[in-house]
Parts: sequence; C-alpha cells; structure tokens
Amino acid sequence: MSAATLPLGPPRPRLGPVVVSVGVLMVAAFGSLVLGPAGVDPWRAIVEVLDHIPLVSLDSGLSSQEAAIVWQIRVPRLVLAGLVGATLAGSGAAYQGVFRNPLADPYLLGVAAGAGLGATIAIVSGLPTSTIPPLAFTGAVVAVVAAFGLASLGGSRRSGATLILSGVAVAAFFTAMQTYLQQQHADTIRQVFSWILGRLGTTGWGDVRTLVPYAVVSWLVLFAYRRHLDVMAVGEEEASTLGIDPVRVRLMVVAGATLGAAAAVAVSGLIAFVGIIVPHIVRLATGPSHRVLLPVSLTGGAAFLMTADLVARTVQSGGELPIGVVTAFVGAPFFAFILATRREVSA
Amino acid sequence: MTGVSCRGVTARYNGATVLSGVDLAVRPGEWLVVVGPNGAGKTTLLRALAGVIPAGGDIVLGDQKLNQMRRREVAARVAVVPQTPVVPDGVTVFDYVMLGRTPYIPYWGMEGPADRQRVTTVLERLDLLSFAGRTVSSLSGGERQRAVLARALAQDASILLLDEPTTALDLGHQQQVLELVDGLRREAGLVVISTLHDLTFAAQFGDRVLLLVAGEVIAEGRPGQVLRAEVVSEHFGATVEVIERPDGPVVLPVRTRG
Repeated sequence: MSAATLPLGPPRPRLGPVVVSVGVLMVAAFGSLVLGPAGVDPWRAIVEVLDHIPLVSLDSGLSSQEAAIVWQIRVPRLVLAGLVGATLAGSGAAYQGVFRNPLADPYLLGVAAGAGLGATIAIVSGLPTSTIPPLAFTGAVVAVVAAFGLASLGGSRRSGATLILSGVAVAAFFTAMQTYLQQQHADTIRQVFSWILGRLGTTGWGDVRTLVPYAVVSWLVLFAYRRHLDVMAVGEEEASTLGIDPVRVRLMVVAGATLGAAAAVAVSGLIAFVGIIVPHIVRLATGPSHRVLLPVSLTGGAAFLMTADLVARTVQSGGELPIGVVTAFVGAPFFAFILATRREVSA
Repeated sequence: MTGVSCRGVTARYNGATVLSGVDLAVRPGEWLVVVGPNGAGKTTLLRALAGVIPAGGDIVLGDQKLNQMRRREVAARVAVVPQTPVVPDGVTVFDYVMLGRTPYIPYWGMEGPADRQRVTTVLERLDLLSFAGRTVSSLSGGERQRAVLARALAQDASILLLDEPTTALDLGHQQQVLELVDGLRREAGLVVISTLHDLTFAAQFGDRVLLLVAGEVIAEGRPGQVLRAEVVSEHFGATVEVIERPDGPVVLPVRTRG
C-alpha cells in the first residue's frame, strides 16, 4: 500500500467538543435569562431579547419595568458573566500551556495581587467607585510587567520557571502592600473584601462595554498562538529546534492572557478557580491540543460562570452570594468528581 | 546537499569553558560519532550546532553561517533527536510527528494536506502508521524513539543530530534504531552527527569518530584510528581490549582484579 492511498492522519474528534460546549453555553445563557426573583415570563423574556436584534421587531408584551429587568439587568449581567468566564478560562489555558504547568492560572504572575492593590488604593482613598476598574487594571498590568522585569534582570532569555518565581515574589510584595493598606483603613475593610471575593455588576451595559475590547483582543492573540502553544508543549529547547522562538511566544501569550485577565478582574474582582478548573475539565474531554482546548475553554468558561452567577443570585433568598465563593464551592467538588471518575476510567 | 563545518567553536556555561576551539567537517551521507567521557561537552557541541545555545567561532551549514540564519531556516536544515525528549501528555503520534513540520507552516497558519502527506509517508517508512492515533506516552521505549526520529525526519532537514539515541533501550532496540538511522542517511544523504556512549556501536556505525575530552578535540579519524585501547584507557579511565573486526573495532571492557 503506498502512502498516497492512506488516510491523511487519524480521525480526530475536533468539532464534537466545540459543538457540545456551545450547546452547554446556550443552556446556561437561557437559564440565566429566564430565572430570577422578578418572575418574568420566560417566553416573553426571550422575545424581548430577540426584539433587540437589529432588523427584528417583536412585541414581547412585557411591561416597561419587566422589559428593563430583562434588557438592562439580566442580559448585561449574563453577557458580563460570559465574557469574564471565557476570558479567565482562556487565559488560564494559555498560561498552563505556555508554562507547561497544570497549576498555572491567570493570576500566576501577579494579576490578582496587582489588581487587588489597585482596587484597595481606590477604595481606601475614597475615590469614586468608577476609578476601581482602571486602578485594578493598572495594578494588574504593573505587577506582570514587574515580574517580567525581575525575571530578565539576570539576562534576557531566562526560562519560564524564573518568570514564575519572579511572579511569586511580585505577588507576595503586592499582597503585603494591599494587606497593609487594608489594615490601616478598617472602615473600608468590608468594601475591600467584597471586591476581592468578586462580583458581577448590575449596572447595565457599562461593564460589558468596558470589557469587550480587551477580551476580544486577548482571545484573538491566544487563538493566533494556538499552534505555537502545541509546539511549546515539548519544552523550550525542543520548540526552539523546531523553529519556534519560545521567548517571543511566551511574551505574546502572556501579554494576551494578562490583558484579558486584568480587564476581567478589573470589572468583576477576583473570581477564583475559573481559570484553573475550566481548562482542566475541557482538557480531559478534548485532549491537550490548544486548537480545541482554547475555543472550548472560552465557551466552557462562559457557561461555567453564567451558571455560577445564576446560583449566586438565586440560591439565597433576599441576598446574593459572592460569585467567587460559588465558583470555588461548586467548582472544587465538581472538579474532584471529574478527576476521580476519570482516573477510574483510564486505570 | 548540505554539509556541516565548524572552526574554532567555543561555548561557555556559567562562566566555565565547555567547548574550546572545536573544528569539524561532515559531508552529506557521512556519520560522525562524537565520543568522550561524561562532561566532555558532547551534548553542548550538538546544542551549539543546533543553534540553541550561543557559541563562538564559525558554524557553517552548507553555504550559510548559522548565526546569520533565522530560527525557522535552521530548523529546516537541522533536526535534533534529544537525549530525553519531552513527550507531552495525551499527544498522538500523528500530532507529535506533525510538530516536525513547524518550520514549513506559515507563522499564523495551520498545516496543509502536503504536511499531512509528508507525516503519513514518514510514519509509513518507520513502521508507525498503525500507531498514528495512539498517544506517544503509551508506546514502548523502542517505538517512542522511532516516533522521535519520525518527528526529526518530518523536518526534512539534511542534518540530523542525535544525542545518545540509544539511551534507555535494550540491546536489540539499540541496534534497530542505529540501523534505521544508518539506512535513512544512506537513502537521503543525510549528515548524521551523534553522540554515543557505546564505543563498539560508535565504531561500527560511525564513518569517523571524534574524541572530545574537556571540551577539546583529542583525536578524530576512522574508528580504528581513534578507538585504540591505550586512548580509551587514558581518557575514559577504563580498562578495555580492542578486537579488530572487518566491520570495525569492538571495544570490550575487561575487569581487572587486583
């Protein structure tokens, strides 16, 4: 049999996980849209959303107050949850790939610590709440740039491990400053904690508009580097013998992932666990290739955070749980379950 | 075809000189085996030839100086089989071998039918086609080494660098891998530069042997000229008997009882 008549490579289930994850995302979005304390008719809520599609004109029959609940509160919030979840999960997958470290998450190089310090500065200084996102974003970016600067002190081509350790040092320093500031201003401690635990705003479309450009740029950069990330899986030196510049790939991927994560954190606070758990669950289903892992992490992260937000705002009557608590509370056992059952199957 | 020549190659690691003034020249279709005791700089020499560490002196691949080539150009000309390749979890043999096509895939692009065809051809040549959909980590040692070799072949490079390609293989698989490399270099006129600890294999498979000690070339020539009992005992601190055979000398360790 000659090579020409052979199938060109084994069949690979690449489209399946994408389709499934889009289906899950649509279910999560539907649930977030129709469920809520206001008791809006689900069918009419959907018609109300369709009415906002350009060139579509439908009458949902909702009162103007109900229509506002759907279009000014629920939809922006679920879109925000989707954007933040997708961005954190995509950044997490990228960080894990580029550092070849399963424990890496978008906060690895100091994004969380830097954003926390920025937000705390805004809060304890009594600045308007609108200054929290830009200061948190600035803090996150400064922290990652500092980690890069520290790592390159001993030479410009240091390894990924040096960068991770620099990130640890920078994060510890920023966290120390943040804790000090927080302790010095006991009156605002509750507000600081509420930001740190993460929350999705109910302020209409403002946060969505702020986040969209950063998120889209971040996704595009990571998507552009998906094949390079697969090559990086063999380590920096081997990747280099295959024609890749590992330092450049790492810089671009970290820049893209940091941009997205910093913007997500700036609008939503520190939502834990999404960036680490979602890519791992996805990887179990799709295998390690970033061509599938990255897009499915985006849709999976969006679905996960929409669902977590739905739980956060419905599980407790008369109040909301911080979403960061829900992601860890629901996410950790779910992740443990997946790991345990998976090991049984493969053993 | 592309030969390799080096003049005065030096390399330093943490301030210490690891290679000093290494000269060598290898023609297409020729196999040079680099031997030497642990820490002699053998792996460093291969890394310098692959352009992954900074090195002084001149390294010329064909008609181009290595330090004037872009990384992708080097990768299209030099393929490396590392001593302990990193095998990512869950990656299939097909996808792993496809990594070898990296120098030919446009920076922002994806592999095309020609790349898939090339990988299929290489897998068929190395008897790996039936493993194409299996994960590399599920293969046995010998199969895995063939997969790494397949990745290097998919690079379509005319220079093949092998760092201890028989480590962790049993005797039969060591022989099979070396025979495979020998067949491939004859088929395609490849330059092969390998390090080998086994001096008998070095003598049987190498057209020439280069003895590297403390970063310097001590001897270079046909196996019978370099691998003499007194040379081996002086530089390896080993007691050996060298038996001349038509296909090259056999270097036999001999136990000395005091």
